[in-house]
Amino acid sequence: MEDKQYMEYVHANAQKSNHLVTLVWAFIVGGIICCIGQGFGDLFKFALPNWEKSKIAALVSMTMIFLGSFLTGIGVYDKLGAKAGGGSIVPITGFANSVVSPAMEFNKEGIVLGMMAKMFVVAGPIIVAGTVSSVASGIIYYIVGLFQ
Amino acid sequence: MEMFLGYVKAFAIGGLVCMIAQILINKTKMTSARILVMFLLLGVFLEVIDVFKYIENFAGAGITIPITGFGSTIVKGAKEGAKIGFFEAITYGFRNMAGGLTAAVFFGFFFALIFKSHSKKA
Repeated sequence: MEDKQYMEYVHANAQKSNHLVTLVWAFIVGGIICCIGQGFGDLFKFALPNWEKSKIAALVSMTMIFLGSFLTGIGVYDKLGAKAGGGSIVPITGFANSVVSPAMEFNKEGIVLGMMAKMFVVAGPIIVAGTVSSVASGIIYYIVGLFQ
Repeated sequence: MEMFLGYVKAFAIGGLVCMIAQILINKTKMTSARILVMFLLLGVFLEVIDVFKYIENFAGAGITIPITGFGSTIVKGAKEGAKIGFFEAITYGFRNMAGGLTAAVFFGFFFALIFKSHSKKA
């Protein structure tokens, strides 16, 4: 009986520390990815002084997506994701990973129905949510604008 | 020095956002698709209530590199388009998604062609 209780105690503690370890990993990896993005932002601002802010921001996103896709391609990002969890999912590189990873996985089932279709297993919901909120907020802003 | 501080802030806020995601993953076993949609909608919400720009001024890439930034640019586009007309109001949000989506789909296709799957699941 005491053995069992002890095992439960150990198990509960181990889970707690695992939980904390994943949080630290997510924080550090997520923070580093954001710093890399900040670095590209500063670099592009310096290199392309004529570009407007929104275009620079889009270019930074695209660069990060390129990096995320590439690192997924060579198999590094998924290894990182196993440790970092939320730290690798939430940054825009994680969005890229969610596109490339199933695309690679299902490539063997054919280009059209495998790769091209399965590419949107995770990205699809994001595109739908984004489009719906885009149209909804657009209509709201348009109506609000009519009364101003 | 000011630039360095910008990186510290980006690290702290970006890390914090990711840590919140990790807490959700640990506590609710949410899949990455749900997490991404949730944080996208969080960005949309923060932009609609006009709070996003204050966080962005403070944290820079710490809030724009997480998918919350994607949500915010969508609403920014819609806001901009609504000033021009109805058609622009409903399409400019997607226009702001164009860069990221193009990159994701194109590089997704490109790298999936080049590299073989590393996962041993199959």
